[in-house]
Amino acid sequence: MDMEFSPEDLAFQKEVRDFIAENYPAELRGKQDEGDELTKEDFLAWHKILYKKGWVAPAWPVEYGGTGWTPTQRFIFSEETARADCIRLMPFGLSMVGPVIYTFGTPEQKARFLPRILSGEDWWCQGYSEPGSGSDLASLRTVAVRDGDEYVVNGQKTWTTMAQHADWGFFLVRTDKDAKQQEGISFLLIDMKSPGITVRPIITLGGEHEVNEVFLEDVRVPVEQRVYEENKGWTCAKFLLAHERTGIAGVASSKRGVERVKAIARTELDGDKALLQNPFFKRKVAELEIDLTALEFTELRSLAGANAGKGPGPESSLLKIKGSEIQQRLTELTLEAVGHYGAPYFRGFGEGDNEHPIGPDYAHRAAPTYFNMRKTTIYGGSNEIQRNIIAKMVLGL
Amino acid sequence: MDFTYTETQDMIRDTLSRFLSDTYDFETRQKFINSDSGRDPAIWTALAQELGMLGAAFSEEQGGLGGGALENAIVMEELGKVIGIEPYLPTVVIAGGALKAVGGAQADAMIPEIIGGNAIVAFAYAEPQGRYDLANLRTTAKKDGAGYVLNGHKGVVYAAPWATHLLVTARTGGGQRDQDGVSLFLIDANLPGIVRRDYPTVDGNRASEIYFENVAVPGDALLGGEGAALPLIEQIVDEATVAVCAEATGVMQKLHEGTLEYTQQRKQFGVPIAKFQVLQHRMVDMFMEVEQARSMTIMGTLKLDLAPDTRKAAVSACKSKVSRGAKFVGQNAIQTHGGIGITQELAIGHYFKRATMIEGQFGSADYHLDRFEQLTLAE
Repeated sequence: MDMEFSPEDLAFQKEVRDFIAENYPAELRGKQDEGDELTKEDFLAWHKILYKKGWVAPAWPVEYGGTGWTPTQRFIFSEETARADCIRLMPFGLSMVGPVIYTFGTPEQKARFLPRILSGEDWWCQGYSEPGSGSDLASLRTVAVRDGDEYVVNGQKTWTTMAQHADWGFFLVRTDKDAKQQEGISFLLIDMKSPGITVRPIITLGGEHEVNEVFLEDVRVPVEQRVYEENKGWTCAKFLLAHERTGIAGVASSKRGVERVKAIARTELDGDKALLQNPFFKRKVAELEIDLTALEFTELRSLAGANAGKGPGPESSLLKIKGSEIQQRLTELTLEAVGHYGAPYFRGFGEGDNEHPIGPDYAHRAAPTYFNMRKTTIYGGSNEIQRNIIAKMVLGL
Repeated sequence: MDFTYTETQDMIRDTLSRFLSDTYDFETRQKFINSDSGRDPAIWTALAQELGMLGAAFSEEQGGLGGGALENAIVMEELGKVIGIEPYLPTVVIAGGALKAVGGAQADAMIPEIIGGNAIVAFAYAEPQGRYDLANLRTTAKKDGAGYVLNGHKGVVYAAPWATHLLVTARTGGGQRDQDGVSLFLIDANLPGIVRRDYPTVDGNRASEIYFENVAVPGDALLGGEGAALPLIEQIVDEATVAVCAEATGVMQKLHEGTLEYTQQRKQFGVPIAKFQVLQHRMVDMFMEVEQARSMTIMGTLKLDLAPDTRKAAVSACKSKVSRGAKFVGQNAIQTHGGIGITQELAIGHYFKRATMIEGQFGSADYHLDRFEQLTLAE
């Protein structure tokens, strides 16, 4: 056991660092740090740069376009991209439906969808939650009825992140009403331009348009767009949830977040000293750093397990719980640090608007980001559901 | 970067775990900790001579198995799982660590005695007024010819009643809290003028108040430079701190497992209480503390060789997290057991007591948070 990077790893680290320095678009620098709303073009700009380099899907098997990196190299890559505040790519194609397709899909599905996920040509969204089915996802009621070579889909999905930009969506739909809940569900890939699909925005607490309602009315979906067997979609869903949980620890970006909070608290004054020297504030920063170290080393141990051939197991729920709590504490400390200037509501720059917003730059999005990040302990299976998973799968209760 | 144990390390863990499960069941432990001497010396001898375990953390040239801090952590975690009272921490981790750092004739003479199980060393560093400050010393060592004369009072010296040797911190110069003037001595525990008041501790160990009354010690008892031993003492105490964190991980794991087991047997309202979600989630929170304690112990252990300030910050991060985790897991284990948890009957309460003492050993969570802040968040 040791923490040293090998000479090859160090060379790789330098390669990644140099690549980012030379290729990360200047106009995107600092945008994510300040909590600015990111456009589709922002995401795609960085996506396409990584795609061209062959680095867009480090976790994928090489045969489908992965990098073939060791877990240590993947760790280095995520550290370096976070350190440089590179935009975190949308997970729906790369981390979610992509792995489902290369794991469960037919050769035709792989050939049709995987290259377009890698290139960024297709923007994906996730049709899981419904108004009546949140934590109890398997109770979902959107139905797909077989009609010849097609399914006819009717129902409503919600919390569909970035569906306003999506070309495709992966949907959980009920194909057998009489089976036990989990056994009557299928996994469909649906063209978001299909007739019968309506996307309506939901505006969240920070004023952002991230999530949507998606209505499906007699949407016709060819049977060859079903992944895996009919009524076996829950297998794909469970696989995907475990995948979603591993990246969710967010260690590298939270490390950057800690440095950012410290920088703000060194600038902000408390009496004649920096806020960071206020004993109460300082204690909270110290505790956060320590908890983040605990999360980091828990993830490293879990990676070592993955190296030894064990897939991401239910212990990834621990990473989700602790990682999301830390992300929230960071936004909490940032808001606390900016004092009065958490209050002014900055709507973003309008067309031709060049008036400087109220307060220091780092304060503009402090409150909206704090509000927005309440989502982290709710999405991806709420932290209470994660505890249920650990209780059942790890503790055997 | 590699987070796996070697085959040898796995073997050490397995061998020790098997040995302890044969020799250290709860009833047997209670019998010997309540005996006059408070221990079963045959276990220590077996650890040394049958298992070679006391050499796990020494190099092969020194007669050991070639390990270091990771091996110490493995042994301490296994001892934690049986709430073992064997004086591995002061003898191997602390005295062994000081001897490895100093080297020379003293190490050559003493390390074989430690590995062979003939020497037990107690670490006499704490003083009634000093709290966790290693330099806050009233005990003095005055130069007298080729040797020194020791005077002072050392408090709560774990394992002292069993010790053949004492590792003593004392002032050879400077004021009571100066960084300079601190020296370290390894002396025979039975020198004339050493007065001990022995007592049991709440966690099943034995300890002593030690009074040095004009104790003449030879010049070659001095470890490291005269008056310049504080950095060495800080280093070995940091090593000891992560070692008790490893012990804590073992203790916490057993507290958690014991709670899981109990809640599946105990029925109320017609069902095992493990069926209640409020208890399930509590046990998940305990699980997360155990796992984080394990992660932090690995982190602290791997950073022991770094530059002093980096090492200290890492050790303090480790200890503050583990101290709080130990309190959380211990208190919730007792609460979940209900009334039976606060009796002496079940092992769980005894694990709780050891966990509680570990919280403060070598510095409380607050002490280590302070030290972490001073090292990482100062102006």
